[in-house]
Amino acid sequence: MHEPANRSVRALPMLSNLMEIGSRVQPFSKESREKAPRIRDAKVVHSVCPYCAVGCGLNVYVKNGKVIDIEGNPDSFINHGTLCPKGSATFQYTVNASRTTQVLYRAPYSDHWEVKSSEWALDQIAQRVKKTRDETFVERLDDGRVINQTQGIASLGGATLDIEENYLIKKLFNAGLGIVSIENQARI
Amino acid sequence: MPGLGTTLGRGGATSFPQDLVNSDCILIMGSNMAEAHPVGFANVMKAKDRGAKIIHVDPHFSRTSAVSNLYVSTRAGSDIVFLGAIIHYLLENQVYFHDYVVNYTNAPMLIREDFQDTEDLNGLFSGFDPASGTYSNQESWDYQRDEYDKPLTDPTLQNPQCVLQIMKRHFARYTPELVESECGVSREEWLQVVQALVENSGRERTSTLCYAVGWTQQSKGVQIIRAGSIMQLLLGNMGRPGGGVLALRGHASIQGSTDVPTLYDLLAGYMPQPAEMLSTKPESQHEPTSTTWGARQDKHVHKNTQQTLQEYIDVTGQKLGWWSNVPSYIISLLKAWYGDAATADNDWGYHWIPKITGDHSHINTSYAMLDGKVKGYFLLGQNPAAGSTNARMQRKALAQLDWMVVGDLYEVESAAFWYKGTNGEKVDPATLKTEVFFMPAAASTEKEGTFTNTQRLLQWRDKAIDPPGDARSDLWLIYQLGKRLKKLYADSTAPRDQGLLNLTWDYEMEEPQPDSHLTDEPDAQLVLKEVNGYYVTQTNSDGQVTQYDLHNAPHVPTFTALKTDGSTACGSWIYSGVYPEPGRNRAASRISDGKMNLDWGFAWPANRRILYNRASADPAGKPWSERKKHIWWDAEQHKWVGNDIPDFPPDKAPDYRPAPDSTGMDAIAGTDPFFMKPDGRAWLYAPTGLKDGPLPAHYEAIESPVQNALYKQQSNPAAKYHRDRKDNVLIELGDPNYPFVITTYRLTEHHVSGPMTRWMPWLNALQPSLFAEISPELAQERNIVDKGWMVLRTPRGEIEARAMVTRRLRPLRIRGRIVHQIGLPFHWGFQGKSTGSITNDLTHSVLEPNVSIEEAKAFLCDIRPGRLSSSEHNVGRKEH
Repeated sequence: MHEPANRSVRALPMLSNLMEIGSRVQPFSKESREKAPRIRDAKVVHSVCPYCAVGCGLNVYVKNGKVIDIEGNPDSFINHGTLCPKGSATFQYTVNASRTTQVLYRAPYSDHWEVKSSEWALDQIAQRVKKTRDETFVERLDDGRVINQTQGIASLGGATLDIEENYLIKKLFNAGLGIVSIENQARI
Repeated sequence: MPGLGTTLGRGGATSFPQDLVNSDCILIMGSNMAEAHPVGFANVMKAKDRGAKIIHVDPHFSRTSAVSNLYVSTRAGSDIVFLGAIIHYLLENQVYFHDYVVNYTNAPMLIREDFQDTEDLNGLFSGFDPASGTYSNQESWDYQRDEYDKPLTDPTLQNPQCVLQIMKRHFARYTPELVESECGVSREEWLQVVQALVENSGRERTSTLCYAVGWTQQSKGVQIIRAGSIMQLLLGNMGRPGGGVLALRGHASIQGSTDVPTLYDLLAGYMPQPAEMLSTKPESQHEPTSTTWGARQDKHVHKNTQQTLQEYIDVTGQKLGWWSNVPSYIISLLKAWYGDAATADNDWGYHWIPKITGDHSHINTSYAMLDGKVKGYFLLGQNPAAGSTNARMQRKALAQLDWMVVGDLYEVESAAFWYKGTNGEKVDPATLKTEVFFMPAAASTEKEGTFTNTQRLLQWRDKAIDPPGDARSDLWLIYQLGKRLKKLYADSTAPRDQGLLNLTWDYEMEEPQPDSHLTDEPDAQLVLKEVNGYYVTQTNSDGQVTQYDLHNAPHVPTFTALKTDGSTACGSWIYSGVYPEPGRNRAASRISDGKMNLDWGFAWPANRRILYNRASADPAGKPWSERKKHIWWDAEQHKWVGNDIPDFPPDKAPDYRPAPDSTGMDAIAGTDPFFMKPDGRAWLYAPTGLKDGPLPAHYEAIESPVQNALYKQQSNPAAKYHRDRKDNVLIELGDPNYPFVITTYRLTEHHVSGPMTRWMPWLNALQPSLFAEISPELAQERNIVDKGWMVLRTPRGEIEARAMVTRRLRPLRIRGRIVHQIGLPFHWGFQGKSTGSITNDLTHSVLEPNVSIEEAKAFLCDIRPGRLSSSEHNVGRKEH
């Protein structure tokens, strides 16, 4: 795939050119010489803005395994490097101390969350799905027509998810489990 | 979706925002594009710099209005009066694009003699059944047909039963006087809009129409979109550069989640979900006409059973046009889902797909939940406790569940409803049973995958880093859950479990991702390969057959390669071609060429950027004008050529005429740009496919301050009212307690109910709290001061907000009396770093009949100065 050069880094030689304006070379401290944008040497990862549906290209800058900045992708014909306030704030959406990063569980009638492991939660969810499905599955209508469905479980969500995720949701829930109420924001 | 789909053939924007620079006039209606789609709006500004006229019609003056050439302030819910009068003007003054209309639309088609219009039945079309509140018999809406079931036509457009003449009569009462009295728009202003559109349409010039949820979130939303599309067709603006209808979607992949889809009534690529409606009487099954092309009735009210795949194809497929390909699409989908277990002998596993038995849409499901019928719920990146209409009812419904799974980045309202309430309301966890699993989700930068944006463009995202802590992608959640469920059911021999056991479910990553510590993440590229389609078997020239699985199979190049013999698998036919060969994921292609950018991403279908672009050329295949050329017929090469991928069979000559008894794509003439429709033409009049009439008619919003001036029928007769629900009390016409019209909208700095923005200090600093916009006149009438608190009230709930007293909302004069309108953003809730009342506590849950979408853009309320008595902020804080 075509990988555009990192423009911010490419713009750097301009600084030394500036220093030569006038009749002689201006004093140029060691500190100035070593100054560099913090995205220098960062890996550029191409992404797409997660908010509205315009589809602005993002450049995600990664250094030492951390996202250090997110900017508009100047090569995208959609946004030419620009972003709106939300798109510009994508960095804070992802790198944010308020994010919940543990699996939380609230037991029936309990007044608090408990921290659990992903494995435990997945096992429990799978058991709940099976139990509810087995109790609510309907194979036929009274007149004999086959419907093979359950209305005991429902799913909502998808417009902020990837198409691959939507595809697996529909495949597992509908084609596998017989859930009919599979919906997303498009209905709203 | 049905607005555009029924009219044109596909439920997607017909063009793309960057094409707006080619427009000579842009009408923005039902959208505040500058604030809701700011970067897309830059193209509107470029068009303006190039001389295009920009028009904004909206109840609320916004930044879109501020930079338009013309802003027209209108009453929320009166759109069809405004547009209907334009349609009337175009027909009456014969300023429609005659050659386009007569050749590319169904204007010449003859409608059955027994069809009755709203003119005949005072606001209803023929076939309405008052007992069920539905158009249960739509047969009279159909075409008159010959012995091959093809429509009779009158190309002179004179026959009184032809669509154009029926439209003339239907729209006759949509006059400039009514625009003045019902929309509150002076006829001079309205005429300026009409003249701008007429002057900037035709052979040499084109106009674009942009809309968003200002239209869709109304009880007649589909018919508003239909009215806008009819206007664009009469002006000859469809399928041409700088023209079309740009549906502005509101989420990163809302188009994608409709295409794949996660919707109850659709299978992949707009095939309907199999249905066995409860109302179907067994004795009326197996009607002999089921294979005719007129039989694709309203997909929610099937007259035939769909017990077998053939019955499904009979009901959902078409004999004529592109949908004659349904068999290859559905069989390839079943092969993708059930793999080797899907064979010709078992109907390709068709019986494993659940049949819908009614309207299982979001709001109806919420009511079923409230009634205790839904036990378990998955909420993945969605927040109904604040983001869905009648949110108080939504929170009650969540409390009736046995268990729910919430996947999100932050602890949103829908995850916290069991211990926290809005505006300081006390919630007692000891009384709420719902078991809640909160699964922390990966952000879009922490996983790879595809978004489909507003212009049907698939764009792949590379993964930057692993998600933090135990956060994981939704792909991982569903994949791992599926693996566990397959294990739990492994020993079952019950027929009902065989669909799950046979489900192909192997997306194991072949090589671990570099720089990742995750070992059990599924491979999104493999999922995309399945969506694109692959060969299950291939036969070489010696007749040797090779079997493949998803991992080693050759990719199908595009949907025309899909077969009915089970040799191909494809997860969504319209996406076929996105990943045509190993190592060539076209969604991940990022090459800008400064022209059509055909190698930046992949637009469905088949990378076509302007849909129906055959219509950019005249019937003979020549561009309508040099200035607006896009694709054209090259007689020497015997194919369509030009700037885009032709949205037409590439070698079908303009002079091709089908034989009278032809079927499938052979029945589509070389002059039929809208070949997804069985007659190859855009439908000004919809003989089938809609639940509330073949033509748009103005009905008042479910809650309106005025009686419908056009018909006796007050509001959409086919809307789904939920009248019997005590949680959905509606305001009756003339109720003096709720005199004000209210409309809701987005701000640039927040996203829907705030799950992706209210935890972010940068954005909260820009938009810190909920406010309501009211005019100085209304503020004075109700003693409300700028920046002071006010309470807004409907029978569903009460909320508080800061008052913004502003000229951006203007009192309108409707039939001699003043009607005040209030504007209200809806981004707040009780969680996050910026909290506030939930706007959706005010909204009701009456649904549009075709798509079951809520009416959040026009309803009624009352207001008063001050705060809610329950508000926690009342204590120890001063008014300021």
